[in-house]
Amino acid sequence: MKTIVSRIAWLWILPVVLVAWEVSTRAAQAVYFPPPSVILARLHELWFSGPAAHVFLTDEAAHHLLPSLGRLVAGWAGACLVAIAAGIALGRSAVLCDVFSPLIHFFRSVPPPLLIPIFMTMTGIGTPLQLTAIVFGVSWPVLLNSLDGARYVDRQYLETCEVFGISRFRRLTRVILPAASPKIFAGLRISVALALIMMILSEFIGSTEGIGYRMLVAQSELDVPTMWTAIVLLGILGFVLNAAFLRFERHVLTWHRGARKTD
Amino acid sequence: MLEISDLTHSYGAYQALGGVNLTVAEGELVCVVGPSGCGKSTLLRSIGGLLRPTGGRVLVQGRPVEKVPDDLAIVFQDYSRSLFPWMTVADNVSLPLRRRGGDRRSRDTAAMEALEQVGLPAAAGKYPWELSGGMQQRVAIARALAYKPALMLMDEPFGSVDAQTREDLEDLVLQVRRSSGMTIVLITHDIDESVYVGDRVVVLSKSPATVVGDLRVELPEPRDQIATREHPDFVHLRAEVGRLVRGMRSGGPAAAETGAETGAEAEADSPELDPATAEPAPVAPKA
Amino acid sequence: MTNARKALRGVLGVAGFLLVMEALGRTGIIDPYLIPLASTILTGAARLLTNGEFLSQVGVTLSSCAIGLLLAVAVAVPLGMAMGTVPAVERSLRPLVEFLRPIPSLALLPLAMFLFLSGEQGKIALIVYTSCWPLLINTLYGLRDVDPLAKETLRSFGFGSYDVVRLVSLPSAAPFITTGVRIAASVALIVAVSVELVAGGDGIGVFVTQASSGNRRDVVLAATLWTGVIGLLVNSLLAKAESRLFRWHRARAGEEAL
Ligand SMILES: Nc1ncnc2c1ncn2[C@@H]1O[C@H](COP(=O)(O)OP(=O)(O)OP(=O)(O)O)[C@@H](O)[C@H]1O
Ligand SMILES: [Mg+2]
Repeated sequence: MKTIVSRIAWLWILPVVLVAWEVSTRAAQAVYFPPPSVILARLHELWFSGPAAHVFLTDEAAHHLLPSLGRLVAGWAGACLVAIAAGIALGRSAVLCDVFSPLIHFFRSVPPPLLIPIFMTMTGIGTPLQLTAIVFGVSWPVLLNSLDGARYVDRQYLETCEVFGISRFRRLTRVILPAASPKIFAGLRISVALALIMMILSEFIGSTEGIGYRMLVAQSELDVPTMWTAIVLLGILGFVLNAAFLRFERHVLTWHRGARKTD
Repeated sequence: MLEISDLTHSYGAYQALGGVNLTVAEGELVCVVGPSGCGKSTLLRSIGGLLRPTGGRVLVQGRPVEKVPDDLAIVFQDYSRSLFPWMTVADNVSLPLRRRGGDRRSRDTAAMEALEQVGLPAAAGKYPWELSGGMQQRVAIARALAYKPALMLMDEPFGSVDAQTREDLEDLVLQVRRSSGMTIVLITHDIDESVYVGDRVVVLSKSPATVVGDLRVELPEPRDQIATREHPDFVHLRAEVGRLVRGMRSGGPAAAETGAETGAEAEADSPELDPATAEPAPVAPKA
Repeated sequence: MTNARKALRGVLGVAGFLLVMEALGRTGIIDPYLIPLASTILTGAARLLTNGEFLSQVGVTLSSCAIGLLLAVAVAVPLGMAMGTVPAVERSLRPLVEFLRPIPSLALLPLAMFLFLSGEQGKIALIVYTSCWPLLINTLYGLRDVDPLAKETLRSFGFGSYDVVRLVSLPSAAPFITTGVRIAASVALIVAVSVELVAGGDGIGVFVTQASSGNRRDVVLAATLWTGVIGLLVNSLLAKAESRLFRWHRARAGEEAL
C-alpha cells in the first residue's frame, strides 16, 4: 500500500509539467503550442465524441485510426513471425549463416524510409504500401537478431539434447527457441519502434487515410490543435505498444533475468 | 558393455589422450581418477559420442560409437550449463523421458521419484537458477537417474556439494546400481570417493593421458560410509591410488608397466587435483 | 583459416544474390522495369561516385546527423549523469522520460516544420530528440553498473562527489555511452532521411525523391545502396572503436531505442 502511494507520489512531475504548459502557453499566446486543455477538447471532439455503440469513436476516428492500427499490427506481427522462423532456420546452419550474414547486415543498415518511393511505384498508394513499408522496416533487425540468437546457443544445451535423445521438434521448440529468445526480444524491441516510424512515414508520403495522413492535412491547413491531437494519439500508441511489449517480454524472459542475476 | 582400445585424441596440436585402453563389464561401476586437465572429460565425451576421437576405437554394447548411443546418459561436469534455465526443475527432469514413451502423468511421477531420490522433492517447481550449485548438480543427477540408461557417465558429479550430501549421493549411486544393474563410469578427483564407490578404480596419467593403474576394489558389501572407510583394505587402496595419481612408482601390479615412465614428468608439474578447474569455455563460433 | 572460409562464403552469398537478381530480371520473372537489373544498379552506383550533386547531398545528410548527434550527446549525457548520480533527480524525471520516450519522433515532424524556418534546423532538432533517448538510457544503464565499492573507496580517501563522478562513474559508464552513440547514429540516419523525404530541403532523401520522380529507379536503388554501405561502415567503425577502447570491458549493449 505504502509503496503504491509513494510510487504515485513520484509522478508529481507529470501534472506539474501539464499545468506549467497550460499557464505558459496561455500567457505567451503561443501559436504552435496550444494549451493542453485545448488539445484535450479537440481530441475529444475530433476522435472520441462518437456514439457509445462505436466505443465513442467518431467517424473520423474509424476512418483514420483503425486502418493505421490494423496495418501496424498485421504488418508487424506477420513480418516478425516470418523473420524469426527464417532467422532460426538460417542460424542453425553455419554455412547458411556465413552465406547470408553479409547480405542481412547490409539490408539491416539501409535506412528503410529510402525505399518508400520505390515501394510506392510498385504498390501504388494505400494499404499495400503501408504493409510493404512496415514489413521491410521490421524484418531485418528481427531476422538478424534471431539468426544471432539461434547461432550462439550454448553448445552444452545441444549436447544435452543429443545425449537424452530429445527429438528435433522438441529441440527446436523447447531448447533452441528459448535459448535464442533474449536475442530475439532485443530485435523485437527495436522493431516496434521501427514499425511505428514506417507506418507514420508511409502515411505521410503515400496514403489518403490514417493518423499520419490526417496529421499532415491538419498541418497544411494550419490547424495546430488537430495536429497536436495526432501527436498525442501517436504518443499514446507508442507508449501503449511499448508498455505491452515490455510486459510480455518480462513475462517470457523471467528466467533470463533470474539466471543472469545469479551469475 | 564398454570397450575402449588405443583411444587417442588431439585438440589441434595438443594431444589430450595418448592411447587409452579400458574395458568395462555390464553392471560394473568404474571410477576414473586423474590429475586436473589430463583428459578425463575428453575420454568421457568420446564414450558418449559427443566427440569424434582422432584415433582408436570405442565400442558400447558391441557397437562402435558414432553418435550418442541410445541407452546412455551423461551427468555433465559443468552443471550450471547442463540444465535449461527456462524450464522448471521438474520439466528439466521429465523432458528426456518423452523418448521412453508413456503419458504425461507417468513421466511426471518418474521425475518426482528421481527428485526424491536426490533429496529435492521440494524444488520441483523451481527454476534451476533459484537453486544452489550443489542442488543443481543433484537435479542433473536426478535427470540421468529418471532416464534409466543402461550406461551412465558421470563427470565429477559431486564436485560442489557439501560433505554430508556427497556421502548421501555416493550411497544413492551405489543403491541405484544395485537395484537397476546400470553400468556406471564415474569420474572424480576425490581418491577416497573413487575407492569407496568403485568396483574398480582406473587411474589416468597427466596428458597425453594413458591408463597408469587399474585396481580392483574388493571391499565388503554393502559399503558403509563409516565402516568401509575404516577397513584396512580401504586404507591400503586409497594410498595405492594416491601414489598412482601422484605419478609415483606403485607397488601394485597393474601399474607397473606404465607408471614408471610418466612418473618423472608428472612430478615436475605438480599434478595436484584441482576440482575448481573449470572446463574450457564453450566453443562458440566468433561473430 | 576459418575466417577466410567465412569471408569466402559471404562473398559467394553476395555474388549469388546479385546473380539471381540479374537472372530473374533478364528472364522477365521480375519485371526489370519495376526492379532494375543488378548490373544496372551496380553501374549506376559506380557512376554516382563521380556525381557531384549526389556527393554533396550525402555530405548534407551526414553533417546533419553528426551535428544532431553531438548536440544529443551534449544534452543527454550530462542529464544522464545527473539522473544516475542523484536518485531524487532520477525518480522525478523518470516518469517524464517514460512518457516522452515512446513518442515516435516522426510524429513531431509536422510541428518541427512549423517551428523551424529552415528545414535543416528542423531536421537537426528531430535528430537530437531521437538520439537523446538511447544515449540517456545507456548512460543510466552504465551508471547503475558502477561498482559501489570503488565509489566508497574514493569517498573514504576524502574525495568529493564531483571527483567520484569524474574518476569512477564516468569511466565505468563510458563503454555504455559509446554503445548509446552507436545506436543513436543508426537511428539518426533513419530520421534524417525520413525528414528529407517528407519535408524536402537537401540530403540523400531529397536526391532519392528527385530521382524517383524522374522515374530513375536505378538511381534510387544505387543511392540506397550507398546509404546502406555508409550505415554499415559507420556502425562497424563505432563497434570496432568500442571494442578497442574498452577492451577491458565486455560492453553489454543497453536498451536499444528509437
Ligand atoms: N575443446 C578443446 N579445445 C582445445 N583443447 C581442449 C579442449 N577441451 C579440452 N582441451 C584440453 O585438453 C586437455 C584435457 O581436457 P579435459 O577437459 O578432458 O580435462 P579433465 O581431465 O576433464 O580436467 P578437469 O579435471 O579439470 O575437468 C586440457 O589440457 C584442455 O586444455
Ligand atoms: Mg573435466
